[in-house]
Amino acid sequence: MSLLFKSRNSQGGSNNRNGISALYFSLLNFIRQGINSLGEMWRTPIASLMTILVLGLSLTLPATLYVVVKNVQQVSSGFSDAAEISLFVKEELNDAQTQTLVKRLALYPEIESVSYISKSQALKEFKQVSGFGQALDYLDENPLPNVVLVTPTVRYRKPQAAQQLLTKLEAEREVEFGKLDIAWLERLNALLSLLKESVFTVGLLLLSAVILIIGNTIRLSIMDKKEEIQVLKLVGATNAFIHTPFIWTGIWYGVIGGFVAFMSVVMMLWWLESAVAMVAGVYQSNFVLTGLNGNELLILLSLAIGLGFSGSYISVRKYIKDIEPDKV
Amino acid sequence: MIRFENVSKTYPGGHRALEKVSFELADGELAFLTGHSGAGKSTLLKLISVMERPSAGHVYINGVNLNVVKNRQIPYVRRDIGIIFQNHRLLDRYNVFDNVALPLVIEGMHHKNITKRVHAALDKVGLLNKVKCQPSTLSGGEQQRVGIARAIVNSPPLLLADEPTGNLDPELSMEILKLFEDFNRHGTAVLIATHDLGLIARMKYKSLTLDHGRLITDLLAQEVL
Repeated sequence: MSLLFKSRNSQGGSNNRNGISALYFSLLNFIRQGINSLGEMWRTPIASLMTILVLGLSLTLPATLYVVVKNVQQVSSGFSDAAEISLFVKEELNDAQTQTLVKRLALYPEIESVSYISKSQALKEFKQVSGFGQALDYLDENPLPNVVLVTPTVRYRKPQAAQQLLTKLEAEREVEFGKLDIAWLERLNALLSLLKESVFTVGLLLLSAVILIIGNTIRLSIMDKKEEIQVLKLVGATNAFIHTPFIWTGIWYGVIGGFVAFMSVVMMLWWLESAVAMVAGVYQSNFVLTGLNGNELLILLSLAIGLGFSGSYISVRKYIKDIEPDKV
Repeated sequence: MIRFENVSKTYPGGHRALEKVSFELADGELAFLTGHSGAGKSTLLKLISVMERPSAGHVYINGVNLNVVKNRQIPYVRRDIGIIFQNHRLLDRYNVFDNVALPLVIEGMHHKNITKRVHAALDKVGLLNKVKCQPSTLSGGEQQRVGIARAIVNSPPLLLADEPTGNLDPELSMEILKLFEDFNRHGTAVLIATHDLGLIARMKYKSLTLDHGRLITDLLAQEVL
């Protein structure tokens, strides 16, 4: 499209193409510039590598914290019976009445399973476990109450929901009172959410650092190519044409940095695996470390690409505008 | 082709580079722009290539008022103007071919056409054998000719040259001028800023003389000479 000379045809330039092929050619050009800018990074391998490693490390830290949270969550989800509710039934109740209660409770949608432990059963267990066996025989009567153990469904295992369920159960007329040991569960959950919050905060800080690092790297490369940008502007390059290679560089930094971060997390997990297995062995648990899966790799990469794009975009918008051909 | 109407340019800081300059350059005309250094020659060229905007007055190219050209349209204006510099402004990172191809690459031209046109342009300036060279390995005159090839590679209707012979000896200067005459014969309008008065004297072309930002030479009087 010639602005000044309407009749001037542009000699096989992109201008006399129709819509679809124009789009095709601009896409082709975009991809070509992407490959070019990758080659450009290859020309200064040390500098590019350093930037990539800094980015990789900045992304590794939040990724690692994320993995830690994920694993802790996994461990804590193993403590589902933590939210078991013990219901002490009234003493005057006979066995048949207790059985009806058990059956009625089993119909609750909030409850997964119900089990009944009679006082004699409880005493027997207590004798075995406590080691007071002989001493207990001296008791005149069984001091233990009849207990109904209630396991809520997953949704009602969370401290608050379990508390609500407990209140509801206590309203049953056969129930003397109920007990829910959730203090430590509340503490664990509080710790977990603290951990999550700190991962979020640290992550936010480090991700802003990534934007700044990429922005600054791109700024330096813009300064380095000042003369080239001036000449391009002189021969009539559009801003989009001048911006694209720098944007691409930012995107590449993101892609490779994100991949470096992923690899370091994988390597770290591999390194820790045997140590974790040893700890788990001591606790007789079959806990295995969970790493990052494919989806999380994709999220990490797209996050890194987004950051690379933002960083370079900010620099490109800010600095290329100021480079004009006349200011030599 | 180019028309200036009472164009003034004052730079920030108060320096008046041009004062009420009016002239017209016809289609396909070749003209010289002369004057002592600092007289406003470069400013005048910058106004044509929209590197600067006039403080007052209007500049027209082919009847289009440059004042109405928006900033984002400037690239398209420059694609119609070939610009040649005293320091030729070649990019040392690229070889001669890539330097000359630049205006075509930014237009998104097909690779085959680019090769054809670059070779044609280099042939015109007699440097076809230096296609693969780095600009820094060429002599001053050769570098200037590469710069010219870059300016004409997309056959712009208008050529601007800012002291194109500034660093060259008279013989090479004459050679470069012959090139410009050749382009002019093919219908390209050419405006050459130079302080090389000896060069102008030998050629029968219009010349515009600037003195402290004012145009002092009557074009008609010049033609009588």
